[in-house]
Amino acid sequence: MTLQTTLRVSRFNPEEQRSYWQEYTLDVEPQYTVLDALIKIREYEDGSLGLRCSCRSSICGSCAIRINGHATLACKTKLRSLASGGRHVTVEPLGNLPIIKDLVVDMTSHWNKVMAVKPWLQPQGPEPEHEYIAPNETMLHLAGVMSCIMCGACVGDCTVLQVDPNFLGPAALAKAYRFVGDPRDAAGKERLKALNRYGGIWDCTRCYECVQACPKGVAPMERIMALRDKAIEVGFDNTYGARHTIAFGEILEHAGRLDELRLPIKTFGMFNFIQMLQLLPVGLRALMRGKMPPVFHKPIPKAENVRRIFKKMESKR
Amino acid sequence: MKYAFFPGCVSRGGCPELYPAALEVSKRLGIELEEMVGASCTGAGVLQEKNQKLGDTLNARNFALAEKAGLPIMTICSTCQGVMSQAYKRLQDEGPAYLAEINSVLAEEGLEYKGTSEAKHLLWIIVEDVGIEKLRALVVRPLKGLKVAPFYGCYIVRPTKSLDFEEHPERQTSLETVIDALGAEVVDFPGKTRCCGFPILTINERNSVSMVANHTSDAKSLGADAMVTPCPLCHLNLDGYQPKASAMRHTKIDLPILHLPQLVGLAIGLDPKALGLSRHIIPTTRILSKIAVPA
Ligand code: SF4
Ligand code: SF4
Ligand code: FES
Repeated sequence: MTLQTTLRVSRFNPEEQRSYWQEYTLDVEPQYTVLDALIKIREYEDGSLGLRCSCRSSICGSCAIRINGHATLACKTKLRSLASGGRHVTVEPLGNLPIIKDLVVDMTSHWNKVMAVKPWLQPQGPEPEHEYIAPNETMLHLAGVMSCIMCGACVGDCTVLQVDPNFLGPAALAKAYRFVGDPRDAAGKERLKALNRYGGIWDCTRCYECVQACPKGVAPMERIMALRDKAIEVGFDNTYGARHTIAFGEILEHAGRLDELRLPIKTFGMFNFIQMLQLLPVGLRALMRGKMPPVFHKPIPKAENVRRIFKKMESKR
Repeated sequence: MKYAFFPGCVSRGGCPELYPAALEVSKRLGIELEEMVGASCTGAGVLQEKNQKLGDTLNARNFALAEKAGLPIMTICSTCQGVMSQAYKRLQDEGPAYLAEINSVLAEEGLEYKGTSEAKHLLWIIVEDVGIEKLRALVVRPLKGLKVAPFYGCYIVRPTKSLDFEEHPERQTSLETVIDALGAEVVDFPGKTRCCGFPILTINERNSVSMVANHTSDAKSLGADAMVTPCPLCHLNLDGYQPKASAMRHTKIDLPILHLPQLVGLAIGLDPKALGLSRHIIPTTRILSKIAVPA
């Protein structure tokens, strides 16, 4: 049974610097992936369609595009698995990267960011005679990140990269975790120091876009959270981000709930007048509309139970 | 249709208008609520950054409290919902030893989580339990001519594997379904499932406010009169920081942001004051006059 599908493809012609939508309607086999359909278009209907692919089996990472608004691998996405049974599909190049032609984007910034985290082992001491040995258990948690195929799907959907190209982004940060978490690597503190800066681990909004987009289950955001935890652990606890996380935990432990007045005060520091003044207009506007959080914050009833759980679970770590 | 009500921190803190609106709307929709006593914050994903098991224990404790009352939980915040859904999934999937370890901590206050009680957002309850037909029937003031952009909030749309989207595909378009049932016109825009920027507000305000500026001006340029969200954290940012977003873009964006129960409340005939519509940073008067309701 063949399936008729209409692909709405976002095109970009570099010579004329012109972007436009083009629709192709074609008959495909039921097991076709989006990539199969695109290749069929290029082979039989429109040889000018630019796309990138190689392995066709989710290994090389070259076919990442946006399908129905979300980044993924074209070769891993069956038409029939999509909404509308694959009859109408929107196809665009990855976001957050400059378009070279049609579905082909320039990955240079992505590679540069990966290089910026020094994605190689930096061991210390004399080189062992044979290979570096690491116990199995200490490497297992890296299996997930090691399956990254550098396709850039996560980068294409990252919320922060949309507004700030300086952000290292999910793929590079996941790669950073791969080495910070490696028991053979000795540059952990140095690495964390670099990742602690603007554009690093604290700039992520925790939006889960990268977790959702990644075709390999790398879950970059979760690696970023683990890096945050490690950064605080080795003593980088004085950024606004770290202070926010620490303050949040402290308030919750004490009261069982959030205190929206104390949180920014603890994050910025009581005597950080400049940051406090910047909060003032927003606070005043809120006050005028009767929207201010309560000044005297009551803990939840029996908050001692929450304190007990904190104590127990923190000591177990 | 009875639920253990988990209002979350923000509906009684930074968005105090949400709490009474949610209570009143639930009542009108026939959702009976028993507010949870002694439930803690979910950890909002922030606590989980540092210690996921601690977060799971706090959520298991909340689930156990609801279970004791024999009720499922109702949330009114995308973030509370998402964090609870994730915790629920982990408590199911991590195996009996994980649950047993957590239960041993809960046992000290006489609680046990058996894995039955689950959390549902009011948005899902409207679509799945109240039913869209019943909602339609309750509309006395159809929001005709009002163009409304949906804004979900990250945690109620991602990661899909903890949100049961396979079993409940209707959840993915629930907000549009509700807007439509109330008689308003849906303004579809790509930002609807994106991040509002709230989590980095105190860390990188410029980036956070840029996100507010993008979403509100995109929706506005597609003709939206208002935006509706099931997430009070999104509301805090999209409403509270919209003046800064406007200043950043040198233009007056002026897009009222409504909480889900406020939009429903308007259509089923509740008084705008009781819904707290005068308590927003971006005034809502223009949309009220558009649907001919005195402010
Ligand atoms: S979770 Fe962080 S890194 Fe991942 S897409 Fe969102 S902002 Fe980007
Ligand atoms: S983390 Fe996943 S989405 Fe990102 S580059 Fe690696 S494989 Fe692709
Ligand atoms: S073509 Fe290689 S990953 Fe898709």
